[in-house]
Amino acid sequence: MAARPELMDYDKALEMFEPVVGFEVHVELSTKTKMFSDAPNEFGGEPNTNITPVDLGLPGSLPVVNGQAVKYAISLGLALGCSIAPTSRFARKNYFYPDLAKNYQISQSDEPIAFEGSVEVEMPDGTLFTVPVERAHMEEDAGKLTHVGGSTGRIQGAEYSLVDYNRAGVPLVEIVTHPIIGAEHLAPELGAAYVETIRDIVRGLGISEAKMERGNLRCDANISLRPRGQEKLGTRTETKNVNSFRAVERAIRYEIQRQAAILAAGGSITQETRHWHEDTGRTSAGRPKSDADDYRYFPEPDLLPVEPSLELIDELRAALPESPAVMRTRLKAEWGFTDLEFQDVKNAGLLGEIVETVSAGSSPQAARKWWTGEIARLANAAGPEVEASSLVTPQQVAELITLIDSGELTDRLARQVLEGVIAGEGSPSEVVEKRGLKVVSDDGALIAAIDDALAAQPDVLAKIRDGKVQAAGAVIGAVMKAMKGQADAARVRELVLERAQA
Amino acid sequence: MSDDLIRLSAADLASKLASGEVSSVEATKAHLDRIASVDKDVHAFLHVSEAALQTAAEIDAKRKAGEKLGPLAGVPIAIKDVLCTSDMPSTSGSKILEGWVPPYDATVVAKLRAADLVPLGKTNMDEFAMGSSTEFSAYGPTHNPWNLDRIPGGSGGGSAAAVAAFEAPLALGSDTGGSIRQPGAVTGTVGVKPTYGSVSRYGAIALASSLDQVGPVSRTVLDSALLHDVIKGHDKRDSTSLRDEWPSFADAATAGLAPGSLQGVKIGIVKELNGDGFQQGVKARFADAVALLTSAGAEIVEVSAPSFEYAISAYYLILPAEASSNLAKFDSVRFGLRVNPEGGGTVEQVMSATREQGFGPEVKRRIILGTYALSAGYYDAYYGSAQKVRTLVQRDFARMFDEVDILLSPSAPTTAFPIGEKIDDPLAMYLNDLTTIPANLAGIPGMSIPMGLADEDGLPTGIQLMAPAREDARLYTYGAALEQLFEQSWGHTLISKAPSLSASEQSAATEGVV
Amino acid sequence: MPDPRRGPNRLGAMSEITREQVEHLAGLARIALTPDEIEKLTGELGHIVDSIAKVQEVAGQDVPATSHPIPLSNVFRDDVVGETLTQEQALAGAPEHDGSRFKVSAILGEEQ
Ligand SMILES: [Mg+2]
Ligand SMILES: [Zn+2]
Repeated sequence: MAARPELMDYDKALEMFEPVVGFEVHVELSTKTKMFSDAPNEFGGEPNTNITPVDLGLPGSLPVVNGQAVKYAISLGLALGCSIAPTSRFARKNYFYPDLAKNYQISQSDEPIAFEGSVEVEMPDGTLFTVPVERAHMEEDAGKLTHVGGSTGRIQGAEYSLVDYNRAGVPLVEIVTHPIIGAEHLAPELGAAYVETIRDIVRGLGISEAKMERGNLRCDANISLRPRGQEKLGTRTETKNVNSFRAVERAIRYEIQRQAAILAAGGSITQETRHWHEDTGRTSAGRPKSDADDYRYFPEPDLLPVEPSLELIDELRAALPESPAVMRTRLKAEWGFTDLEFQDVKNAGLLGEIVETVSAGSSPQAARKWWTGEIARLANAAGPEVEASSLVTPQQVAELITLIDSGELTDRLARQVLEGVIAGEGSPSEVVEKRGLKVVSDDGALIAAIDDALAAQPDVLAKIRDGKVQAAGAVIGAVMKAMKGQADAARVRELVLERAQA
Repeated sequence: MSDDLIRLSAADLASKLASGEVSSVEATKAHLDRIASVDKDVHAFLHVSEAALQTAAEIDAKRKAGEKLGPLAGVPIAIKDVLCTSDMPSTSGSKILEGWVPPYDATVVAKLRAADLVPLGKTNMDEFAMGSSTEFSAYGPTHNPWNLDRIPGGSGGGSAAAVAAFEAPLALGSDTGGSIRQPGAVTGTVGVKPTYGSVSRYGAIALASSLDQVGPVSRTVLDSALLHDVIKGHDKRDSTSLRDEWPSFADAATAGLAPGSLQGVKIGIVKELNGDGFQQGVKARFADAVALLTSAGAEIVEVSAPSFEYAISAYYLILPAEASSNLAKFDSVRFGLRVNPEGGGTVEQVMSATREQGFGPEVKRRIILGTYALSAGYYDAYYGSAQKVRTLVQRDFARMFDEVDILLSPSAPTTAFPIGEKIDDPLAMYLNDLTTIPANLAGIPGMSIPMGLADEDGLPTGIQLMAPAREDARLYTYGAALEQLFEQSWGHTLISKAPSLSASEQSAATEGVV
Repeated sequence: MPDPRRGPNRLGAMSEITREQVEHLAGLARIALTPDEIEKLTGELGHIVDSIAKVQEVAGQDVPATSHPIPLSNVFRDDVVGETLTQEQALAGAPEHDGSRFKVSAILGEEQ
């Protein structure tokens, strides 16, 4: 076991060195079929069933480009502020690996479909940081390897490996940034926020499920340090497949501290890939960059250039949704939330739910209150995997809020209705009906119950008459109990005071 | 009766089938018998179909039932082993694919079946179509039916020999740098490389993707046209497949037989494709051909293609480069041979051992050459430059076709050479494709037809016709016209002079030049 | 990404193929060549490269590269699911499998 590598204190590392980061994010497109074959583009399933001869690289098979994937890639390029290449080309990246059926990956090397753009990323303090994008190119995913034997399930020590090509050929867009300079001590947070922004962009476009935990979105983080005042960039490491926003942040912080310790001790950084270990919070050395990495790129002779017309590009540009940054600014203003309230909603990933709840007729504040309050609480209680958005629909929440606003439900009753909706008993109105949860708004019934309660507690009645209004609480409680909670407490209070003076 | 059947052209056999004079079972049986009797010596086939007679019977039944069948329905055909067949092994002449039966048919094979032809079997070839003599087949060489000690050309020596030896009236070949036309020339048969993209490559085990094209092999121009009509057309599984509507090539060939069809036709003789290094007998027959054409009213002009000097070099960079990548899939994981090194090994070692044992010497040579041509630091100088030469070759063709309707050259610089003569001299071997390579680089169609026998060795020579891209019909019209001219001047077909390969003549043939 | 190590044309100086080069190329191409084969190929490759290096003579800056003989572009497929192989068909040609997946011996190198 290697000794725990020395880490430099983070603030000290930042004093001595300037961090430079860069990202390669792979986005799996949610097309119906694969990039180059008409096999279904589906996650999971029985191994080696979502494949054609093309995905297995069988002799004689040939690739044909999925037109929908090209449109998705153009839309993504436009959303990243990129120029769309008048001509882009597929090339073969040649290397042998068992998950790569043809032993070359069809990718775009010299001529990507989209190049030179930028992404506005909202930092934790609410400021915007511009991330320069070098390119976005189309390529195909590889199959899935399972390493068997040995103790770890990792590649090292395994006795043999099994290959499932269901994922082989799934369409990917790889987004590559330029080196990002200037994030300074917020470089780790920038990483997380950048990947989150990419997720929001592709979700907004509807071109990817973008679930990091499923590998729909995968991030490789490049990190280098340079001594303060030095022009030349330092040697970088590439930490592969950091598969959550939080992990991106932690991995960058870790690499900064690790590299700083080595450099400060007079050592040098090896240009290599590194692996992120979620459990220990560390990276470990992977494959060094070497002369053996000679991918022998050449234009894919089985495919032809992609030359999108200006009309198509304009059409796709016109159909672009608002960018996440613009949308957030707009919503914040429209909704009138405080910074804190808005940040809460954003962090909970509930922006979209609230947008839809509001458009279904709710007030923004009520929508915020229910989604980040009771619904989030119920989701939490249901387990760590459960998301609030999976429990109820925005339309159901909006209906619930309408019932409260019209006085037909109290908050307390509404919580019971919500439970009924989640339990599948129907829409909020249906649950109210079935469970008989409607607020008693008939003053006659309330007055009868109040008179009974006052009569039962003559001492309380006397106190109220003496002007000790707070004593009314006991009577209100008794009335609410008698009404099984289906009364508006404020109205009960009004009536109690009225009857006491009668 | 059965000997007559095998000597019929596909067109004549088809009309006897259509009239009911002959059944497909009879025709198929005659060819299977012929294979049984001569293929021990010729070795044109790697696999003979067990289903052929059954297929023939089904087609006969369809015909009996009054179904409307295609023009070649019931005609037997041999299929180059480079093509995937779901009912027969498809090895591309390599040990690494020994016994591999693909789960699908190549598009052209599916088209043959849909047109009710009868697949007879798979023909021998240089391993992965790398070679000009069929000596690089992992399953042993094919012998030239004109002289069993000689090569049948390559890589499609099996298809050409099968047709020349009357084992099949038709065959499919593939032509990357001449693998249909050069074997055609040295076996006295007809072969056509279609316009790139006019015939689907789906299911053709790739050698060099930007050069490969599947095409017909036959004994007459009309037969090639009929087969080309079956296999042509757009395929959505091949991105490089053209969407053109093609005319009937059979009609084009028939038009060539009309009197005066060569009158006023401008024919270019490519200076660079008939110079030093061409065998005397080839040059003499070519001169005869030019004289014949002139007498038929054609206008002959000499044209020049300066870039052709560089074509063979460009070809031997582009082909190995693409091949080195295309052949990477043979790694022992999903199909084909696996060789485990002694004492086990990592998957990297298993792959390397498999490829070492599974590939023959020419395949290894070209993979290493192609890997070199693409590798960091050399790409621009080699692969990049070769692609520029390709542009120059296209420009030369464009210029020449501005002036003439069709281009002519010998199909190959020599007649069939003795088996073993060039096997250890790759550079000498590569020169066999000198005349045929430019068409592949430019994507234009080319055809080889028999041009007569060379005086010095009595072996067949071939003449190559080349037309602009998409003008395959011109090849059939002028090819049929020229074939008719030749046969009128000789008083017979060339193939009728081939040894019969019956037991008595066979020994004579093996003794040397007939 | 374009390979930064792809150097400028080194005209003339590069046709000398060395043993080490052939060894390196065989490694890239995953062929376990024997020492004899390496020896033989070193000589042959040198010859071949010498004879084909002439392509550089005419490959001027002004000449565009042709990668496809017949120029086409925008050849796309509709995003519609087609026929797939069955698991049995997929595994039928495999040297080794576990019933649902292809089996290979231990992997030494890392993913790319
Ligand atoms: Mg990457
Ligand atoms: Zn990638």
